[in-house]
Amino acid sequence: MIRDDYYTFKILRYDAMERSLEPFLASYRVKVIPGLTVLAVLIRIRDEIDGTLAFRSSCRAAVCGSCAMVINGKIDLACRTQVAPFDTDTIILEPLPNLEIIKDLVVDLTPFWANYEKIMPWLVRKSPAPEKEIPQSAAARHSFDQYVNCILCASCYGACPVPSRDPGYLGPHAFAKLERFMGDSRDERSASTLAVVNHEQGVWGCDTVFRCIDACPKDVRPTDAIVALRKRLVKYKTKQMLGMGKDED
Amino acid sequence: MLGHDVLIVGGGLAGLRAAIGLCDRFKVGIITKVHPLRSHSIAAQGGINAALANHPEGRDDTWEKHAFDTVKGSDYLADQAAVEIMCREAVNIVYEMEHWGVPFSRFDDGSIAQRPFGGAGYPRTCYATDITGHVLLNTLYEKAISKGITFYNEWHVLELVVRDGVCHGVTALDLRRGEIAPLKAKATVFATGGYGRVYLHSTNALINSGSGIGMAYQAGVPVKDMEFVQFHPTSIIGANILMSEACRGEGGYLVNNRGERFMERYAPTAMELAPRDIVARSITTEMEEGRAFEHPLGAYIKLDLRHLGEKRILERLPGIRNICLDFIGIDPVTDPIPIMPCQHYSMGGIDVNERCETAVKGFYAVGECACVSVHGGNRLGGNSLLDTIVFGKLASLFIPEYLTGQAAPPSEKLLREKETQAAARLRQLTEGSGGEKYYRIFAELAKTMSDNVGIFRKQQELEEALRIIAGLKKRYPQVRVSSPKRQMNYELMHALELGAMLDVAQTITLGALLREESRGAHFRRDFKTRDDEKWLKHTLARPGGQGEPEISFKGVSFTKYQPMARQY
Repeated sequence: MIRDDYYTFKILRYDAMERSLEPFLASYRVKVIPGLTVLAVLIRIRDEIDGTLAFRSSCRAAVCGSCAMVINGKIDLACRTQVAPFDTDTIILEPLPNLEIIKDLVVDLTPFWANYEKIMPWLVRKSPAPEKEIPQSAAARHSFDQYVNCILCASCYGACPVPSRDPGYLGPHAFAKLERFMGDSRDERSASTLAVVNHEQGVWGCDTVFRCIDACPKDVRPTDAIVALRKRLVKYKTKQMLGMGKDED
Repeated sequence: MLGHDVLIVGGGLAGLRAAIGLCDRFKVGIITKVHPLRSHSIAAQGGINAALANHPEGRDDTWEKHAFDTVKGSDYLADQAAVEIMCREAVNIVYEMEHWGVPFSRFDDGSIAQRPFGGAGYPRTCYATDITGHVLLNTLYEKAISKGITFYNEWHVLELVVRDGVCHGVTALDLRRGEIAPLKAKATVFATGGYGRVYLHSTNALINSGSGIGMAYQAGVPVKDMEFVQFHPTSIIGANILMSEACRGEGGYLVNNRGERFMERYAPTAMELAPRDIVARSITTEMEEGRAFEHPLGAYIKLDLRHLGEKRILERLPGIRNICLDFIGIDPVTDPIPIMPCQHYSMGGIDVNERCETAVKGFYAVGECACVSVHGGNRLGGNSLLDTIVFGKLASLFIPEYLTGQAAPPSEKLLREKETQAAARLRQLTEGSGGEKYYRIFAELAKTMSDNVGIFRKQQELEEALRIIAGLKKRYPQVRVSSPKRQMNYELMHALELGAMLDVAQTITLGALLREESRGAHFRRDFKTRDDEKWLKHTLARPGGQGEPEISFKGVSFTKYQPMARQY
């Protein structure tokens, strides 16, 4: 039998267009059946209780990255988080930290995307394209697989302690994306492009407290990327010092 | 006034590919109601078909065989010339996407990996584990970023602006700022996706309202074959999240409550890899005849992957496993997946030719919102990703001819008039006197479509659905949203889309009622066989008097594939 229960959802409400009004937690009482997700509850609240509630959603299957938020203190996708397993009948929903709120649970991702663009997030090729595919072994393809899985939901960026004290910090997602290309045997960017992360707002600014790994809903480990990029930088620097550092350009 | 040579609506695969092909020569803008990476293309799992002949069992595969499988899968309603173009172009497209960065899975020899898929004579579905849409969309978005294409993210189009058979652009609502803006364009391309969300049970993203198709229809552009709605055999019960055809491509079984692989009764040769329409009907028949498992969330059939073993599941279907763990707490390594069929894909859409042209000059449509038709009555798995990229590319090749030829400058005066009308329409929704809630109409519409216009259809149920939809259309003008503010007002956006959804649902249902035969995904209990003499033709719908659809028909184009019985 499916048992249902009443839950209280406390949701952070704020409208950046009305700066005179402080953010506050609004309470909604909702009947929940097991299997119901936080996203399903949000939709029900918006449809049936309060049409002014704002949140992003699209795939409702944990693949599009729209609905990352703070759920009872932990960052996750609302669509893949079930309500029933929580040990409490009160669920608090807040927008992702480190980003300006536009309205309620909707944050302004402009800095997140701007940092993503800074690392040149595309495959760089210099060789002429072959007639068929560029060969790549199954093992070489597998080596960067975890970074391919990133859905750019900004969970890691919200969980990271660095952006709050240094808004210029590139963020875990940017490093994971860069390593996705650095680790791809087909990518031919020159090692000098690593300069984009070779500073305190880049890979050297990471506190290495692994909060990004905890927050990622897709098992990506941005810290692995940061460590890998640091190693690449050290290797590049050493080569330069030994006079072998002529860029491949 | 904001203006572009080419304005593309929709930031999924089709829209991005069209933009990438045009942006070097023309001023291109992409409007999308969500960030492009949240588009539904991201959710495609299984793969993209191309006769690369990389698979050891597919060495003599050719694009002609791909075309034959596609035409047969379509139940002969696809236009064969268009299918041939798509299947020939498929090989180039897959190599091009690989060169641009798509991390396809690989065979041991370093070539792009391919797997078997439903209705295909050869293993020709190229894939990246089970996140093929994700990698394709990311790669095209990356390419678009590298080219500096202009995006209007989180803008919602309000109206396609057409006068005297010429398109002038659109009016749109900037969701963040809450402002209405006209956007002029010499050419406008809709890449707005399918209409899955007019159904209650759908694998589609919540954004797949079909409102782009409805807007084109409301602007007088004919829509085609709307009654052909694909129901995917395998979605997890409850959440209706897609369980890729790759599960069966990799060897998964479908099992009923007697432990039988029941597909033996329906498609003895292809078994679980028969085309989707056949498998979905077979599952539903098993359910209706009492051979399903019972669950509070509804009857289900088991999709059993256990015999594939943990290694193969983790290697080939890791996303499927994660979805099962996240959403129903089941590990397919140790337990079968409870599945049911539900709405998945829109074969019908805006009527276009192989050049992506509609009946309106300067207006084009590509991807799932368009109906070329390359899928006819039933799309094969692995052909939708292909359709989006091939026709996105083709649009970018044909549109320049129009831009440098007969294209006239769009009328700012007309767009300003439309801006004023749009403002009035929004005021009606935010400040009108009506007391109707959008979601009540939306919920009733979705339930009606799932109950009455589903896998098995019959006259009385379709007529009842038409009556209900007509009633909902009467109630729609009374809809009023909770807040007069337009900024990030999602209720307002949904209320706006609902108007278009009602028209879309009406054309689906009327098409299904008129088509007195069974073909592909359209199955009539009261007309159980295909009738080539009367119905080997496309259904066209355009708005007629009193807002009712006016139906006409159009022949199917043939090259060399003569209709024959569809056995698998």
